[in-house]
Amino acid sequence: MISWDVLVELFLSVGLLNAGVRLATPILLAALGGILSERSGVINIGLEGMMLIGAFAGVAGARAFGSPWAGLVVALAAGGLLALVHAFVCVTLGANQIVSGVAINLIALGLSGYLFRVMFGVTSEPVRVQPFTPAPIPGLSQIPIVGEVLFDQIPLVYLALLLVPALHWLLFRTTWGLQIRAVGEHPRAADTVGINVYRIRYLCVVASGMLAGAGGTVLSLGQLNFFMENMTGGRGFIALAALIFGRWNPWGTLVATLLFGLADPLQLRVQAFDLRIVPFHLLLMLPYVLSLLALAGFVGRSIAPAASGQPYLKDGE
Amino acid sequence: MNRLRALTRIKLGGVVLGLAPVWAILAALLLGTALIAVTGASPIEAYRYLLRGAFGNANSLGDTLIKTTTLVFAGVGMAFAFRCGVFNIGGEGQIYIGALFATVIGLLRLPPVIHLPLALLAGFVGGGLWAAIAGWLKARRGLNEIIVTIFMNYIAVILVSYFVTGPLKEPPGYYPQTAEVAVASQLPVILPGSRLHAGLLLALVSAVVIWVVLRRTSLGFQVRAVGANPTAARHAGINVEGNIVLAMFISGGLAGWAGTAEVLGVQHRLRDFFLVGFGYDAIAVALLGQSDPFGVILAALFFGTLRTGSGAMQRGVGVPTALVFLIQGLAVIFVLIGTVLRARPQLLKSKKGESVRDLVGRIGRTVLKRRAP
Repeated sequence: MISWDVLVELFLSVGLLNAGVRLATPILLAALGGILSERSGVINIGLEGMMLIGAFAGVAGARAFGSPWAGLVVALAAGGLLALVHAFVCVTLGANQIVSGVAINLIALGLSGYLFRVMFGVTSEPVRVQPFTPAPIPGLSQIPIVGEVLFDQIPLVYLALLLVPALHWLLFRTTWGLQIRAVGEHPRAADTVGINVYRIRYLCVVASGMLAGAGGTVLSLGQLNFFMENMTGGRGFIALAALIFGRWNPWGTLVATLLFGLADPLQLRVQAFDLRIVPFHLLLMLPYVLSLLALAGFVGRSIAPAASGQPYLKDGE
Repeated sequence: MNRLRALTRIKLGGVVLGLAPVWAILAALLLGTALIAVTGASPIEAYRYLLRGAFGNANSLGDTLIKTTTLVFAGVGMAFAFRCGVFNIGGEGQIYIGALFATVIGLLRLPPVIHLPLALLAGFVGGGLWAAIAGWLKARRGLNEIIVTIFMNYIAVILVSYFVTGPLKEPPGYYPQTAEVAVASQLPVILPGSRLHAGLLLALVSAVVIWVVLRRTSLGFQVRAVGANPTAARHAGINVEGNIVLAMFISGGLAGWAGTAEVLGVQHRLRDFFLVGFGYDAIAVALLGQSDPFGVILAALFFGTLRTGSGAMQRGVGVPTALVFLIQGLAVIFVLIGTVLRARPQLLKSKKGESVRDLVGRIGRTVLKRRAP
């Protein structure tokens, strides 16, 4: 039997929570992008690929210009461009959004791997670049526990956390947000009152790609400081799970990503402590199982925007 | 094949352009060729290495056909669900659960005569049940099968990790893998000098059976009716929910056989992450094959060739293996675009009302006029 102290040490350590927030950030950024895209009616399975291309572009940009911020800019552009392809196929052509997303993921996997080899050669040594460094916020970071957990992070973590209320405000307090939601729930009606369905969907999908790209940069320049083929390893899909578990809502999604972000370092600790109480595989499964239960209505029903996944054709077929 | 050809024929400038997937693959290969040239390698050399790596000797030919086998099973499975209007993105998970079920039977002590059939049956049932859960959640609770199957993929992969590091770990227990399955449950090698096993034959037979089922049986008719228009199918008295669950069971069962064949035919034991990404490739294969079992076989061979030959290409001329993912992704997106343009040719019309067909015709006539002396 393990003691209470061990459990407290396990779950409430500052290091663990700090790592949890850091690991949750890439997923959070991609999930926020996913919310925008899905709220406007376009399912974005390609988040994974957009993150991956962002992770690569971040390293390439940081290497070329000697600054992680330049890397971020390049990553935003790369994620946005890939998303533009998705938008063209899904919005203009009205093709199947899932298949497009699957193709986007394959393209990103191939393109990032290919460019990485072409630019940096066939090496087994990871390419190291100037990473983002933690920028403790003066004053706030002195607060015990909370300060160390939340305010001793890289700048992108603060930005991601600020984006949560910002996106909530955009979606639920502004005309733009109303238009986005209208387009995602009932595009025909939105069109009738003069909203440009195509433009809104384009903007939202491209924004989702940029956010996912930024998430990838956090991964490559804020945590691991190098690029590896397929380094996102399914985080884009976790983001998808998080936004569904968070019911297409920024605050809910934040909670979900923190929960899922914690699963990773927690798993390492459970292994390190050699605890036999919970097989760590159960922890790894948790995000997906919880999301499924949420979808099935066992932990409060989670309902997608009505028109998500359905192409809108102005000429009405 | 006639109907397939009719389905995929595009007319542009009055000329029939043939099979859309063929054009999509050619376009993707063309772009790939340009990217090979960028690396400084000769594209001809690169493709020569790729083909030699994929077909150069019995061993490499066997490896190519093994990958093709996996993709035919899973690709035909995905195609069957697509025909029923269900987007089964869960091939990956169904592969893993199928392999898990088959391994459990393979590890038992059973009379040799029934060991292989039972292990195969278990693999089909495992993958089928895993997919049927998603089908049931869609049919009964209205859940989006895409999201459900994606999540179930991750759950399945983690479940297999759990079993091979825990309850099913081989006795000495150093590696995350099970003990070897009984010899009587293994699929025999059919090409000497390679690892190619009888799973290939089973895959080809499965494709033919699915083709027959889809075209010649009442089950296939019902499945296609549900896929074409569920409301109309319901009014015609077809059990829509039942067909969705059944289609998912068959779809997942075939994907389960992809994993089963890998365990019983190639690796002979279950390891974690034993087949990565084939479930997603299967979706691409099903799409490239236009959800037709024979189309899927060709698409699977194409993917299998790229996957197997890419290593030799990288070693030979330094072209990154990742390029083949890019070619696959591009091929899929081109097919998607082609399919849409065929269904909605008005998208090609310019604002003046000129269609691309008119445009190509006009350009063609102009060119011909200039050429004429």
